[in-house]
Amino acid sequence: MANLLNRHKVIERNVTLLAVLAFLTVAIGGIVEIAPLFWIDSTVTKVEGVRPYTPLELAGRDIYIREGCYGCHSQMIRPFRDETERYGHYSLAAESMYDHPFQWGSKRTGPDLARVGGRYSDGWHVQHLKDPRAVVPESIMPPYAFLADRDLDVSHIGDHLVALRRVGVPYTNEEIAKAAEDVTTQATGEGDTAGLLKRYPKAVARDFDGKPGQVTEMDALVAYLQGLGTQVDFKSAAPREQAR
Amino acid sequence: MADEKRIDEPTGTSFVGHEWDGIEELDTPMPRWWLYTFYACIAFAAVMVVLYPAIPMLHSASTGVLGWSSHGDLAKEMAADHARRAPVMHALEQTPIEQIPADPKLLRAAQEGGHSAFKVYCTQCHGAGAAGAKGYPNLNDDDWLWGGDLKTIQQTLLHGVRQPGDDETRMSQMPAFGRDGILKPAEVQDVVSYVRFLSKQEGVTASSRRGAAVFTANCAVCHGDAGKGNRAVGAPNLTDGIWLYGGDRDTITETVTNARYGIMPAWGARLDPVTVKMLAIYVHSLGGGEKTPVDPVPAPAETPVPAAVAAR
Repeated sequence: MANLLNRHKVIERNVTLLAVLAFLTVAIGGIVEIAPLFWIDSTVTKVEGVRPYTPLELAGRDIYIREGCYGCHSQMIRPFRDETERYGHYSLAAESMYDHPFQWGSKRTGPDLARVGGRYSDGWHVQHLKDPRAVVPESIMPPYAFLADRDLDVSHIGDHLVALRRVGVPYTNEEIAKAAEDVTTQATGEGDTAGLLKRYPKAVARDFDGKPGQVTEMDALVAYLQGLGTQVDFKSAAPREQAR
Repeated sequence: MADEKRIDEPTGTSFVGHEWDGIEELDTPMPRWWLYTFYACIAFAAVMVVLYPAIPMLHSASTGVLGWSSHGDLAKEMAADHARRAPVMHALEQTPIEQIPADPKLLRAAQEGGHSAFKVYCTQCHGAGAAGAKGYPNLNDDDWLWGGDLKTIQQTLLHGVRQPGDDETRMSQMPAFGRDGILKPAEVQDVVSYVRFLSKQEGVTASSRRGAAVFTANCAVCHGDAGKGNRAVGAPNLTDGIWLYGGDRDTITETVTNARYGIMPAWGARLDPVTVKMLAIYVHSLGGGEKTPVDPVPAPAETPVPAAVAAR
């Protein structure tokens, strides 16, 4: 033991040796954390039903990020009984494979939103976003009434899809070309809804904010929220991530 | 930096060899308890790495000798709980909903289970005490839009109200009389006066007399000649003092002008049938539950019957 400690003194007294060995030690930690990302495509188990966001959902997601919703709401149901009984099936990695960046979050002042889609009516969401206390008296969420008055800016939505394609989201040329049109179609329920559904299966096209004929930021955010967690059908197939 | 050991006489500890202006540093060893705890931690970590998932590989982490996973752990816990509840859940599943109130033990279990589920899924709209809010019905009273017996409540829960994409959802659409130009603004005001007369909030006026004719021509088909409503289309009773959106002049004017389109999600697609059953029993027990009609003809609108309330 004393011999080992003496050898340690050799390291302590030789700055170059200390630096080299410290670098090697830290490099091991780095490799262990970074290397699996290079095989991420095979690390994330594919799950049937997961598709890229529709342009309108994507615009809603941008508003979600812009308003800092992630500061209070997580989108990650952990595999614990208390969470699955309240929020639904635990989140799968594949469900956020097209999220750049993902919205897992680490803090819940409000509830988890990973499976909030379809849980409330559009009217509830609009009312709640305008004045959270109107429906949940004990809520401390700030009001976002202004979203209903702001027209959705879709001038760059196609570029947004292009950018996401560069990082691996499989948007097709057709989807990129029709991005702006798809926003209007989904937010009004009028137009080429058949084409929208073909491009984005299970997408819901309707007027979300109660203002027919006007595409507002409220439309986008509610469309995004109503789609959360609805892509994977957990009833038709067992969860594909292995459980032992 | 002297390598030879010198011992500090008073303490018997060797010097490190550093000296600043005559002050020297002693090489006091770590307390033994600390050192052994440290070694024990390293040994513990080594055991953990062998027993549990620890080392990231190319496609997944090492599995560990115990084969533990958080998903598997959850599945086990849920299975154990499922087995614990199985007898009650099975009994609830097998018993037709209208017969559950006859069995006090089963009724109690269903009410408790329903209460738990209500707190998770229903309170956001109907409120923690089921008292509702503007646009979301109060479930404690005996005023029902679509009917308040067990089977009807169950049907509403399963398929929702105006839920897009559900073929069996409860569906009706009041016309937007003002917005779509079916009634002129003056006629809207007249019919509002008449509705306020029906609900005994205003006396007879010239406006309400004119409104009576407008009501008969436009509203009576759903709300009934006497304004007592029709549960087949979810048309509310306008003669009682209970309002979903509000009974003041402004709110009724808005309702007649733009109509209302309240939506309730269909829970049949999201919850298992037994949970829906328990929810129906819980809502039914809140105070306004009605008896299941013997014949399939819907009960008349004005028959509040306290049914399962006594069993609580």
